[in-house]
Amino acid sequence: MTGRLLARGLIAGLVAACLAFLFGRLFGEPSIAHAISFEEARDALAGEPPEPELVSRTVQSTWGLLTAIVMLGAAYGGLFSLGFSLAYGRIARLTPRATALLVAAIGFVVLVLVPDLKYPPNPPAVGNPDTIGLRTEVYFEIILISICCAVIACLASRPLIQKLGTWNGTIIAGVLFIALVSGMQFTLPDISEVPDTFPATVLWRFREASIGTQMLLWSSMALIFGPMAEKVLCAPQRSSSHARTLG
Amino acid sequence: MSQSLASHAPNSTTLPGAIPLGAVAPWAIFGLLLSLVLIYFVGAEQGATSLISGHMVHEFVHDGRHLMGFPCH
Repeated sequence: MTGRLLARGLIAGLVAACLAFLFGRLFGEPSIAHAISFEEARDALAGEPPEPELVSRTVQSTWGLLTAIVMLGAAYGGLFSLGFSLAYGRIARLTPRATALLVAAIGFVVLVLVPDLKYPPNPPAVGNPDTIGLRTEVYFEIILISICCAVIACLASRPLIQKLGTWNGTIIAGVLFIALVSGMQFTLPDISEVPDTFPATVLWRFREASIGTQMLLWSSMALIFGPMAEKVLCAPQRSSSHARTLG
Repeated sequence: MSQSLASHAPNSTTLPGAIPLGAVAPWAIFGLLLSLVLIYFVGAEQGATSLISGHMVHEFVHDGRHLMGFPCH
């Protein structure tokens, strides 16, 4: 069962990634191009030679972008289907489709929104190459913190719901998650490396496009996965009723 | 007991139940490993750490790494 759900999660992730690629290509690439011109102008002013182009900009912004998003789409699709397998029938008495949407919404908040609020996505030219080690480390640490807080809130939600009812219990569990994440994020350093002269609108547009691309990936993944999961989970019932009508 | 549940389905609107944790576990390990490898290569390879020498992987996935929110350069 889980294996078949995992396979469908990967497929849903791949298809959703193609949609996210189109979105990113349309709305994200213009800001990346602006940021790269800014970087080149800054390097030229400083008298530094231009960086050698190992992969052409055309390839980076088309096949490179597609490959990266498709690989991540498969990865998130896999994780999402496992989250679904665990959550289905446990988190609430919801249909497979509704469970898929709920799990994707939680996945988006935990794996994308919380890390992005602490360490917002940055276009090229923003970021000091010397701090890449620290930035990578703290980025994965905030994801880990976010996951741990979500697990605690999920485990706490069951007794809370039993005591306070579904509505109040869920709200308290949500508040618990926000409180835990807000407190824990203080253990990680703030990083602000945006150059003083970097255009604010380009930065804003890039971050909008980045979060939009990821939101599209997670939401379309859930909508594509839901009906497929329903077929897998409800298959025995359907085939037996089918046999009965034939008989 | 389970047979009677399966064959009669007393309430046709009842949804199938949760998948047992033991059945999820082996797939969870496999899926987790697969996903982490993919995320590593798109998100971090030839940035903070490097398994393959050079910059080709980083340069090829460059735009995706930025757009999907991973730290770059």
